[in-house]
Amino acid sequence: MSVVIEVAGLYKSYEDVVAVDDVSFEVHEGEIFGMVGPNGAGKTTTIECIEGLRQRDSGKVNLFGVDPDVSRAEIAERIGIQLQESALPARIRVQEAMSLFGSFYTSRADSGELLDRLGLTEKRSAAFSKLSGGQKQRLFIALALVNQPEVVFFDELTTGLDPQARRAMWDLVCQIRDEGHTVFLTTHFMEEAERLCDRVLILDHGKIVALDTPEALISSLEMEKRIVLTLPGAPQELPLSDLPQVNRIERSGDRVVVYGHGERFAGPVITALERAEIDFLDVRTEQPNLDDVFLALTGREMRE
Amino acid sequence: MRGLLQLTIMSFKLYLREPIATFFTLAFPPLLVLLFGAMYGNDPDPMYGGYGTMDITMPAYTALILGTIGLLGIPITTSGYRELGVLRRFRATPMRPLTYIAADLLTNLTMTLLGMAILIGVGWALYRVRFEGQVLSVFVAVVFSGLTMFAVGYLIASLASGARTAQVIGMVIFYPMMFLSGASVPLEVMPEGVRRISDFLPLTHVVTLLRGLWFGEGWGEHLTEVFILGAIFVVGAGLAARFFRWE
Ligand SMILES: Nc1ncnc2c1ncn2[C@@H]1O[C@H](COP(=O)(O)OP(=O)(O)OP(=O)(O)O)[C@@H](O)[C@H]1O
Ligand SMILES: [Mg+2]
Repeated sequence: MSVVIEVAGLYKSYEDVVAVDDVSFEVHEGEIFGMVGPNGAGKTTTIECIEGLRQRDSGKVNLFGVDPDVSRAEIAERIGIQLQESALPARIRVQEAMSLFGSFYTSRADSGELLDRLGLTEKRSAAFSKLSGGQKQRLFIALALVNQPEVVFFDELTTGLDPQARRAMWDLVCQIRDEGHTVFLTTHFMEEAERLCDRVLILDHGKIVALDTPEALISSLEMEKRIVLTLPGAPQELPLSDLPQVNRIERSGDRVVVYGHGERFAGPVITALERAEIDFLDVRTEQPNLDDVFLALTGREMRE
Repeated sequence: MRGLLQLTIMSFKLYLREPIATFFTLAFPPLLVLLFGAMYGNDPDPMYGGYGTMDITMPAYTALILGTIGLLGIPITTSGYRELGVLRRFRATPMRPLTYIAADLLTNLTMTLLGMAILIGVGWALYRVRFEGQVLSVFVAVVFSGLTMFAVGYLIASLASGARTAQVIGMVIFYPMMFLSGASVPLEVMPEGVRRISDFLPLTHVVTLLRGLWFGEGWGEHLTEVFILGAIFVVGAGLAARFFRWE
């Protein structure tokens, strides 16, 4: 897989804050690469140094083998950008914004189809200032795709979107990837990174905490899995303690939490209960997720 | 300059959708003609070299339009766009910064010419106002004066932190000029002391240059104005280029 973005020893500080401190990574062609981290972690600074919108203090950044600080014009043609914060003139209409921004590029997507995919067709004649927050966000995503970019950058992809629109956006991003584009996104939502990204970079205080596939990050923790069950009127002794996958059992009234490990952990527990003819309701398995990874690696919750 | 035409057309449309800016550029000067025309008429007056009040009002109000756009319109719009992040969004595309400036200048010059056309149309229809210069010469003078005023406007936009500040700076500079430069009230009716202040106001030189060429004088008779305005343009544009920020 060829490398489209190469970052080595990236360093950037503002007056008294070090925003990005010695960050190195590569993004491969055709992958969805996600950068997660709490507020102020340095995500926007990193992504905008790659886009050529901010100048780094030191380190190396290459996009398509070109330094964005040297030839931004060449790069701008081949990438799409959704900024975390930006705006359009208040009275420009959705359709007008699409054709105006399209006119800045040589390669152009079908703007009608883009608006359709982003659920903005009904709003095509609406002024920018009359759009809701989520609609503005979707318009900016459409604008980022207007030139059929080889690499598209989304800074805070789904901020301001409701859960339904968020899920639709995940589908869209997967489609974009499947069409052969590379996606670089930042997010606050660990769930989003886990569901969407091929690889995730966890950033904290301007430094890389971890970088791998979500599965590898989670399994590297070797954390316990949990099964939560409701067992009405079950005997005091459960036939589970002897199972090799089970570590321990917590019980409060009818509610039982079984802690264990292993790839297939739920199966043997259920089978054992069925064999002992114990009725169970509401089976729920809880997997460790990226939030747990962040907690384990930094000792802090993502949101504090 | 890809996108220049589209961007110019779009900014022109956006300008027309902005009721206040459009009012002051297109409707306000003709309204002044209606008001002051009713009060003073257009009879030849020796004080104005044999021209009528409405005759000399045409180049004067043209200067008024240039001042309004350059010292209020451009600073407020530009720093507002920067404050909101509109300029940031443009900068994320391959469009060159120069294309943005060029489209903005073209839009504002076109609006000026449109304002002039309506102004002269009303003046002609009501008072048969006189024009004795060369169209091309006056056109060049309008563009030249426009670039000077617009350069100052960009400088204000570069120095102001946001739209509110830009508006305040623009008004502080523009309002004294509006009354003391001859752009709205002829300097001939002003006391001597006021006229001495007027010499220091850039817009006074715009009024003098336009009025001279309007009534058939040559560029040679207005080298002072050309020099002063040229100097303001060079300094204004230079400083604006130095201090302009996209975010
Ligand atoms: N233009 C700026 N001037 C000064 N400090 C800045 C600037 N931009 C960012 N910072 C600081 O740099 C650090 C990193 O900011 P950055 O915006 O990159 O974080 P982020 O991870 O994108 O945060 P968020 O999740 O809130 O968007 C923060 O401490 C921030 O205060
Ligand atoms: Mg950010």
